[in-house]
Amino acid sequence: MTDGFLFQAVIYLTAAVVCVPLAKRLGLSSVLGYLLAGIVIGPFVLGFIGEEGEDIMHFAEFGVVMMLFLIGLELEPAKFWRMRKMIVGMGGAQVLFTVVVFMLVGLAVGLKWPAALTIGLAVSMSSTAIVLQTLKEKGLMKSVSGQASFSVLLFQDIAVIPMLALMPIMAVSASKRSTGGHDSATIFDGLPAGVQTLAVLLAVLVIVVSGRYLIVPLLRMIARTHLRELFAAGALLIVIAIAYLMQLVGLSPALGAFLGGVVLANSEFRHELESDLEPFKGLLLGLFFIAVGASINFYLISAQPWTVAAGVLAVLLVKTFVMLGIGGMFKMSTDQNILFSTGLSQIGEFAFVLLAFAAQLGIITSDISGILLAVTALTMTISPLINIATERLVLPHIGTIEEPGREMDTISESNAVILVGFAHFGNTIGRFLRAHNVEATILDNDSDRVDLLRKMGFKVYYGDATRADLLESAGAANAKILVSAIDSPEINMRLVETAQKHFPHLHLMIRAENRSDAYELLDMGVNDIYRESLDTSIRMGADVLKRLGFRSYAVTRSAQNFLKYDEASLRKLAVDRHNSKEYIVRVKDEMSQQEQILNEDLHAILSSNDHAWDSEHMRSVINPPVDKVKSE
Amino acid sequence: MPRILILFAHPRYEQSRAQRMLVEAVADLPSVTFHDLYETYPDFNVDIVREKELLLQHDVIIWQHPFYWYSAPPLLKQWIDMVLEFGWAYGPGGTMLKDKWVCNVISSGGAQEAYQVGGKNRYPILDYLRPFEQTAYLCGMHFLPPFAVHGTHKLGDAELDELAARYGAIVQGLAEGAFELSELQSLKYLQELGHTNHSNA
Repeated sequence: MTDGFLFQAVIYLTAAVVCVPLAKRLGLSSVLGYLLAGIVIGPFVLGFIGEEGEDIMHFAEFGVVMMLFLIGLELEPAKFWRMRKMIVGMGGAQVLFTVVVFMLVGLAVGLKWPAALTIGLAVSMSSTAIVLQTLKEKGLMKSVSGQASFSVLLFQDIAVIPMLALMPIMAVSASKRSTGGHDSATIFDGLPAGVQTLAVLLAVLVIVVSGRYLIVPLLRMIARTHLRELFAAGALLIVIAIAYLMQLVGLSPALGAFLGGVVLANSEFRHELESDLEPFKGLLLGLFFIAVGASINFYLISAQPWTVAAGVLAVLLVKTFVMLGIGGMFKMSTDQNILFSTGLSQIGEFAFVLLAFAAQLGIITSDISGILLAVTALTMTISPLINIATERLVLPHIGTIEEPGREMDTISESNAVILVGFAHFGNTIGRFLRAHNVEATILDNDSDRVDLLRKMGFKVYYGDATRADLLESAGAANAKILVSAIDSPEINMRLVETAQKHFPHLHLMIRAENRSDAYELLDMGVNDIYRESLDTSIRMGADVLKRLGFRSYAVTRSAQNFLKYDEASLRKLAVDRHNSKEYIVRVKDEMSQQEQILNEDLHAILSSNDHAWDSEHMRSVINPPVDKVKSE
Repeated sequence: MPRILILFAHPRYEQSRAQRMLVEAVADLPSVTFHDLYETYPDFNVDIVREKELLLQHDVIIWQHPFYWYSAPPLLKQWIDMVLEFGWAYGPGGTMLKDKWVCNVISSGGAQEAYQVGGKNRYPILDYLRPFEQTAYLCGMHFLPPFAVHGTHKLGDAELDELAARYGAIVQGLAEGAFELSELQSLKYLQELGHTNHSNA
């Protein structure tokens, strides 16, 4: 098993590492890369993974669980309330109409109503994982279509709860019942349907209550230890515990996690939880997509190619048209509506959950569920291709894509300064500029902060500044200076790349975390680099000296000299370090210089510079050594 | 009772000898506000409001500084430039400093003999202090002769001690209102007065 595990890990990771960059290189989304990787290593192409793919799927579903927890986290009640019309209106209409259409189709081909309804419900789901990932990669989250997609997906994610709760009741009207699937031996098996439904509601209540009164105090306790990995462990524990609880009562773990997320959205730990879980989520979601790709049953497809093809086509067309209609009702512009409708046309990961549950309850036969699972996986695979086709073939003929964010934020300013990042660092810059009547166009990618600052009267715009289009709409073409106050060196590098490529005229002034990213920025041709670890620490050191009784002016000058010296040595070393042979030597040289500076600060710098004031020196020249004077 | 404000400007006080002794003679006197400009404004960012308040609270202003290149260290010039505002210290309505007394207390490397016609510095010290005198005049202040410690490099500790004590006594006298304005203005150096006082005491 150990061998097997490591072998599998190598296979999965290799597939991901090879296929995803390849997909990206071809301009495809990473989701498609993962799906293709899954198909390639799956039983029907290379056959590296066979039966165990199913297990991996169950494991990888945890990525979906985390994704929903994170979505829940981002969904404060206030935000939810703001979007209520879109969520309930668009999402409700989408689910209702899709379910009705497919239920009618199901009834028409002779299925019983519970089976037909289940199919309708399963098909009405879209893939939150695929769509959100794609929207985020393309930076379309804030566009109208992005917001609409998010709303619909959110409604679906929530709607799964009552759907799953309904199933046991529907099963009563279905002919036979089986108990206990491979992974869902719930503690309520064998109990009447009513009790199961009650148990589901109880579990939801447990999550809501414990979120408030158990999890938050627990996190506070963990946070006090100041151990980052412990906090990550705590975050994982929360999600896994919720998932386990949900599984016990036979509910989808993902939904429980979503609920848990919503409960914690207003807690002070929101951002920590988000950043700690994000990497796990990304990796597990990737695994999930691979598993989806690997699980596509090509035997079934080849046995019944027309049924499957008809299913795929029907799903894509019906869902697209239902959503087009809804988009029209909500007065979306044509191009946004097309993006929205085609984007959501696949069947989502919750269909796996719904179908598995329904099959297990005996509502639908395993044949039907097999075909539907194949259809689901295929639509998920085709969906990214449809997006590309829409973007490249359809939209250019319909009209230009609306500036992302145009609806949310109309950036009308043509300020000379664009200030990116308005956390503490950028905030100070912004206030200082404002004190001089210089209004900067401010970009920030934390929507909470944007909202808060707007309430306080600042003009702050939401968005990812590493995107050329956002910089464009922020007036980069007319601006003179781009100031980045972002703390992440990676984002800063990307920002610099984008700015240099698209707006070479912009003067870049960039915050750097430390020496090493300052080097990289220098390599990129950025001249104005502001190391956050420099000025303040020198100032602090100077204050220490003052407190020790050093004269304030001498220390101030010394600090200024130190700053100058440090900047100069930074530049020198940035050039030299490319000559790797010399690097070590230079570092040593710099170190010794640094040491010298540190040791001889007052003497070496000040006395040499301030010779004019050195009365000691003058006296020694004017009065030769005392005994000599005496002897003369 | 007149209050005395000493505006002390020395960029390198930690290594000064003469000025240290002068400072020690006056800094702790009860009627004196000793204001160390380089310590307070190492960044040259003079707080104008605060400086004006200080000026208003005092009757005698002393510019105490080493005599660098025939003038004051730059921060004192900065202080003059920033604080003595038009419409406040001079110009229309600029009467806030009117009738206050002001003088320079300086230390110079050059000997007293150098500061005369025919000497190395060719002019008497007062000629070099003209800008200060005129500044005082424009502000309606009475400019007193300087207290000058010349030839600091050659002065021994005992001589410096004596001069510092004399400085302390003069400041004390000023605080007690012991001197007439005309009496002071007739002197060439303020320390001449201290000398008589000192010997009387």
